[in-house]
Amino acid sequence: MNEMIAVMARLEVPWFDAEEVLIAPWTRYADATVWMVLMAVLLGVPCALLGNYLMLRRMALAGDAISHSVLPGLVISYLIFRDLGTLPMMGGAMVAGLVTTVLIEFITGRSRLKTDAAMGITYTTLFALGMFLVNRYAGRVHLDADCVLFGELEYVPLAEPSGLRAGGLGPVPMPVVVAAAMAVGTLGLLAVFSRWLLVTSFDAGFARSVGIRAGAVHYGLMAVLSVVVVTALESVGLLVAALLVLPGATAQFFARRMGRLHGLAAVFAVTASLAGIHLGAWLNCPSAAAIALAGGVQFGVAWGVSVWMRGRGVEGGVGGAG
Amino acid sequence: METNSDREPPAFECHDVSVSYDRKPVLYGIDVSVPGGSLCGIVGPNGAGKSTLIKAAMGLLPVEGGWVRMFGRPLDEVRPRVAYVPQRTSVDWDFPVNVMDVVLMGCGGKAGLWRRPTAADRELARESLEMVQMLPYADRQISQLSGGQQQRVFLARALAQRADLYFMDEPFTGVDAATERAIVTLLEGLRAKGGTIVAVHHDLTTAPEYFDRVILLNMRLVAAGPVEEVFTAELLQKTYGGRLTVLSELALRAQEARARRGV
Repeated sequence: MNEMIAVMARLEVPWFDAEEVLIAPWTRYADATVWMVLMAVLLGVPCALLGNYLMLRRMALAGDAISHSVLPGLVISYLIFRDLGTLPMMGGAMVAGLVTTVLIEFITGRSRLKTDAAMGITYTTLFALGMFLVNRYAGRVHLDADCVLFGELEYVPLAEPSGLRAGGLGPVPMPVVVAAAMAVGTLGLLAVFSRWLLVTSFDAGFARSVGIRAGAVHYGLMAVLSVVVVTALESVGLLVAALLVLPGATAQFFARRMGRLHGLAAVFAVTASLAGIHLGAWLNCPSAAAIALAGGVQFGVAWGVSVWMRGRGVEGGVGGAG
Repeated sequence: METNSDREPPAFECHDVSVSYDRKPVLYGIDVSVPGGSLCGIVGPNGAGKSTLIKAAMGLLPVEGGWVRMFGRPLDEVRPRVAYVPQRTSVDWDFPVNVMDVVLMGCGGKAGLWRRPTAADRELARESLEMVQMLPYADRQISQLSGGQQQRVFLARALAQRADLYFMDEPFTGVDAATERAIVTLLEGLRAKGGTIVAVHHDLTTAPEYFDRVILLNMRLVAAGPVEEVFTAELLQKTYGGRLTVLSELALRAQEARARRGV
């Protein structure tokens, strides 16, 4: 027993203490935690729904690619406008995202290379260009490469306050306001275009035969993805890919219709956020990584549960009723 | 019918259509005209460009030179009158939708996909499913369907488009005999109501029985016209090359079948 405690101490794993493990993470810095949870949910839910479409289009890693390739867009936009404000950064990201998409389409259209290879070529090159620019103009670019790569959800409560106030919690941090605007915009667009997205994802040839411009839908989706990714970058960094892929991948075990897939993916995004922030606060590790980790564990558990349900013949959850 | 087609422009017409994949030409200068009210099969060996012709007609592939008209107009002007049935294997049947969702995609065309499905859309979708005897499967998840059922769902989606001209890419591939029979009856029903069907078809033995016109294709147009004139040993040989005995036997059998039907 003593030996085990010694090992745990060496690994810096705290000994189980219900108060310390379950409650303290939420009460210690309650105000800050509220902003972190809100931010995680405002990023996680739009990412989850967007990720569903990406996965159905077999572009699950498009988010990962875009999250890397927006870097040169951010740097160039900064060099032009000398401003790290929201609009120039969003604009730079959107242009970079569309350039990425155009390059991927160009490579797959004009060569024998398939989409995955074209993606790999495009995003690594653009990311390298971004790193090159950051370092070449390091003196003039106040972009924190570490922050872009890994994100700092913990900084959200400390960020510059916006003009808005939220009762006893005081001023709303600017990133939360930006994320809320992004979430409303993204969910609105997904709702308005839901059936166009559905039909172009399921059967692009048919969609085009009735006159829907599947190519325009594709580019629109990539533009929205770029904005979502750059909004998330500061808080969760490149792990935005996890927010895009994991909730939908978890939800598809239990959903056979789009509505349910979206609903469950949103729920799983929220539960992963809560579990991750809890884990981060308890073990004092980066919350973004903890959220991604929680999402991954959640996926594994959900897979197990779905296999068990099917084994027991519980078709209600997995089967046609969905 | 003949007087009708004299007055009206052909349901489908293309002139000098060429298509290339990756700079390799697959179709050269195709000239085809299909009058309204016909059941037309596109026949030819593998790699002859049969599906390509349909995709080019629907504007899904870039056409080099030439033009395509439906009812005498460019496709964009008459899109609601034209339905396209892609190859069944071109989509992911694990997609999270049920049979009803797929058929609803056909209701109201582009504009219909802009709004939520209405009660009228659902009624139309149910009627279309009934026509292919798939109504009992309306709530089935599409991954639970057999190949023949998948094909019938695709047909129901096209029927929900209430079109006058249907392009079908291999509607008989991978379906059981009963389904094949049901589909043929359905297509004949559409023709009886003045509809036109252009379908890619693989099986030479059934082609003269199912269709009243054929397009013989092998990268170039070999021949196109009524089955009686075009489905001959000589032209089939030109389409498929070599293998003389099989082809002449087929043509002979087709002639006998027609004689029996009193054509």
